[in-house]
Amino acid sequence: MAEYVLETKNLGISFGGLKAAQDVNLKIKKNQIYGLIGPNGAGKTTVFNMLTGVYKPTTGEIYLCGERIDGHGQEEINHKGIARTFQNIRLFNNMSVIRNVLVGLANQPEYKCSLATSMFRLPRHFKVEKAMRDRAKKLLDIFGLLEERNNLACNLPYGKQRKLEIARALATNPKLLLLDEPAAGMNPQETAELMDTIRFVRDHFDMTILLIEHDMSLVAGICEEITVLNFGQTLAHGSVEDVLHDPEVIRAYLGDD
Amino acid sequence: MSTLIDGLSLGSIYALIALGYTMVYGIAKMLNFAHGDIIMVGTYAVLTTMALCGFPVVAIVAAVIVCTILGVVVEKVAYKPLRGASPLAVLITAIGVSYLLQSIAQLIYGAKPQPVNLINFGHVTFGSTTLNISTLVTLCVAAVIMAGLTIFIKKTKTGRAMIAVSEDRGAAELMGIPVNNVITLTFGIGSALAAAASVFYLLQIPATSPTVGSLPGIKAFTAAVIGGIGSIPGAMIGGILLGVIEKVCMSIPALNPYTTAIEFSLLIVILLVKPTGLLGKKRREKV
Repeated sequence: MAEYVLETKNLGISFGGLKAAQDVNLKIKKNQIYGLIGPNGAGKTTVFNMLTGVYKPTTGEIYLCGERIDGHGQEEINHKGIARTFQNIRLFNNMSVIRNVLVGLANQPEYKCSLATSMFRLPRHFKVEKAMRDRAKKLLDIFGLLEERNNLACNLPYGKQRKLEIARALATNPKLLLLDEPAAGMNPQETAELMDTIRFVRDHFDMTILLIEHDMSLVAGICEEITVLNFGQTLAHGSVEDVLHDPEVIRAYLGDD
Repeated sequence: MSTLIDGLSLGSIYALIALGYTMVYGIAKMLNFAHGDIIMVGTYAVLTTMALCGFPVVAIVAAVIVCTILGVVVEKVAYKPLRGASPLAVLITAIGVSYLLQSIAQLIYGAKPQPVNLINFGHVTFGSTTLNISTLVTLCVAAVIMAGLTIFIKKTKTGRAMIAVSEDRGAAELMGIPVNNVITLTFGIGSALAAAASVFYLLQIPATSPTVGSLPGIKAFTAAVIGGIGSIPGAMIGGILLGVIEKVCMSIPALNPYTTAIEFSLLIVILLVKPTGLLGKKRREKV
């Protein structure tokens, strides 16, 4: 077993001449809740996009549990064990809540079922469908969405859409969960609830979590270690206490004086 | 009464073709203008197999196999390299594929229309109405195929993956859906439906030529747009509506010469009143 669930070495990407991120070194241990923060445009989401294979990094390496994964496609990286949520929620809006989760479950080997099996509706098809449904219901129950499983995803209130996104990501059975601004647009009470949910996910699913967040109360409340990006570079890195009192970091957020 | 049944039957042929357009549009976000020519290939597959062995069932199976493989090959060779290219480039490629298929058919079989005798069912009489049995067969089999497709999409893992890709390709890919396989499969299914349509077409008009697919292709595309492109029930409803209107107009002597004009005017009217088509989804622009 590798020491780190996620390790990046000198990860960087440039678009034309613009270095959107460079020399990003993350080391995330199992069961950690790790924060990636920084002012707008610092390259946080770009890092997420590299980790999930949306962008191919121009430099550096990514290791998931010791296995090198950079250069693989998005779908493959998901199968290897990274799942994510999005800054602007991207659910399958016109599908029901439960079917959103079922889509996430589809990649797992135990639910394999050939096209022909489905087409001729052999017993295996029904067995697999039932198993998937049971699993999906369990997941929805955990997130308090069971009652609404037949509603369209777009009709859920905002906070629940965020929860459903996490449930869908967990359905793909990841080793590492990436949350892109999970508290965006939430009020303080919802944020507090979200913190409980994130902790619960970590404990209940034995999960390692990397999150991007602007809400400092959330970061300070649940992250054990953080990295601060500014203009694509690592500005600071360490425990929450140290980093948030680092004068460099304060300057990056608030400007000089 | 017999006009209505003729219309429903013709409409179900349009619906089968329209499903190919709408599924490919929904999932791959492209208009496959070579879709009509897949029907043409289907009719020639029937022609050739009938000449070789003479068993209609073999000919039908051959048409389905040939079309499905062709659809998948066209997707892999012509469209896949353009994934992510501008929609216009893909559209022009599709038109190119359409001409390519027509020219190949012309090289092999010549430009002259050829008769294809698949099966002659004869007709039945109920009281005062006489119906072609082939019309009834078309109607029933097409209904079964469409019901099967609906169940497939609603109830299976693969069907769910298809809808997920059509909703948000990027998110689906990040959830581990093999997007490329889903798109290839869509082309395969669409082409198999076109093959079925080609068989039904031959039951109604037993002849083929290299451009036989053009008009049904365009009409089915119209049907898909009327129903709301990207929507599967929309394609079915649009196809059947168009087929019924066509047959009704043809049966009224005063309207007969204007049948095609009326059909396409319907498209314009529906687009004016409801630009997304009957069952199309509204697209919210993000500001």
